[in-house]
Parts: sequence; structure tokens; C-alpha cells
Amino acid sequence: MALNREFVGRTYESSEPYEVSRVKIREFAAAIGESNPVCHDREAALAAGHRDLVAPPTFPIVFSLSSTSGALADPGLGLDFSMVVHGEQRFEYRRPIYAGDELVCTSTVTEIRSVGRNEFLTLRSDISTTTGEPVCRTYNTIVERGGAA
Amino acid sequence: MAATIMYDEVEAGQQIPAVDYRVHRLDLVKYAGASGDFNTIHWNERYAKAVGLPDVIAHGMYTMAQGGRFVTAWAGDPAAVVDYGVRFSSMVVVPDDDEGATITISGVVEEKLEDKRVVVVLTARSGDSRVLSKARAVVQLS
Repeated sequence: MALNREFVGRTYESSEPYEVSRVKIREFAAAIGESNPVCHDREAALAAGHRDLVAPPTFPIVFSLSSTSGALADPGLGLDFSMVVHGEQRFEYRRPIYAGDELVCTSTVTEIRSVGRNEFLTLRSDISTTTGEPVCRTYNTIVERGGAA
Repeated sequence: MAATIMYDEVEAGQQIPAVDYRVHRLDLVKYAGASGDFNTIHWNERYAKAVGLPDVIAHGMYTMAQGGRFVTAWAGDPAAVVDYGVRFSSMVVVPDDDEGATITISGVVEEKLEDKRVVVVLTARSGDSRVLSKARAVVQLS
């Protein structure tokens, strides 16, 4: 089924701030094999000039997925989750994410288009601190296989 | 911010040698837990095959993270990656055996930008497939 184009431009806010913990940064870094001490050891991070543990570049997926699920799960959109694959992903940083950050995420459906038999939907998420400092912008394109057929 | 690579010592066209990253089922289970992505196709062979996949496949974001790890290892600092984007062009099939799958990643410095930044373009392959395309990172060097 074709996706509902009326969703383009709709915006979704994260329900509550995401608190970036040292434990989660270490867990995520270990899971992806990132062994740099600045992701694991606070003393090493401070010695390297960071304010605390540094999150690996793809870390925002941990919390940005859940904040975008509000958009994607809306029955009015017409998305068949069982046919969804990840198409593209991008992270654009204003500054690194550190342990101790409290982050909020605002996601906007920026584009819905058909390519052949597939539907492509792009979400832009603006991630900032609870005090309004911009941290990162992410772009997430999902593909609904056969959606445009 | 402390990339260990000096901007002045890098030239456009410079190759970053390939690294092999071995992926086992256990890695996907760990990634599912750490990322919160529990999609069944990433850990259950019975389900993956029922929906038409050859076997369990790695999370696209796991593969992207290996590309990120490749870049941060080269730069010397995870905070040096200021922009990183990929297109997922093929899946990484992870069999339930001792071998698992292998993702081979290499890079090239495509362009030198202002403010001591460079563009690194990645190539990521698994088996005969190119698993990432348009994989590009902007890295802040020293």
C-alpha cells in the first residue's frame, strides 16, 4: 500500500529526555567492538580533553529509533513493518555526545517517495540538550519493499 | 578533540588499509541488547527463513557501526567523526557456525576540506557483496 503523503512535514517530539549514561556508552561501544579508551574509561576521556566518556558516532540510534516510532506506528501512515528495511542513515554532529548529556529529539517526516515498487520515507531528527544546545542531526531513510506496487 | 592523524600529513587519494571484522551470532545478540533493536530477523534463523531471507542477517546499523569503528580507529578519536552517512546496499548474512561472516572495510581520503577536516569514503564488503554504498565520513583531524 502506498504511504500516506499527508504525513510529510509532520513532527514528533520525544516523550522524555534521554539520559546518556557511562554504562550505556560502554555497553554500546563493547557491542560494536569500539575499544578506544575514551568510550570506556573516564580518566582516559578526561586526559584526552573530553568532559566525560564519548559516545561512538552511531550511538544516537539507541534513542532516536524510539522517538521516531511514534510516526511510523501511526496506522494512518499505512506502513507494513514486516516489509521495512533500512535504506540510508546519516549522523551530522555539532558536537560529540558525552555521558551526562540529557537529550531530546524532534523528528520530522521530510520526504515520502516511490522508487520502482518500493516506498521510501525519510525522517530527520534534531537532537539537542534539554537546555536547547544543538548536538546532532540524523537522517533515517526506511524502505517499504513492494509498498508502491 | 584529539585525532592522532595530522591534517598536514594526509593527502587526497591516500588509502586506508582494509580491516576484516568477523561477525558471529553472539555479536548480533549483543548489538540487539545494546541498541534496543530486537527485530527477529537478526537472531532467529527459523523466522528469517520464513520471511524469505537466506539466514539471519546483521543489523544494518551493526555494519554501519563497523564502518564507524574503522574510521575512529584511523582517526584515533571517536569524537573526530563529525558527519557519517551510508546507504545499505546489501545484507550481511551471518550463519550459525564458528566462521560467522566477515565484513571487510577499507577507505580512501577523498578530499581535504577547510578547518582541518577530510572526507573519507569507505568500501564495505561481505562475501561477494558490497554491503554499504555512499559510505562517507567527515573527520576532524589535528
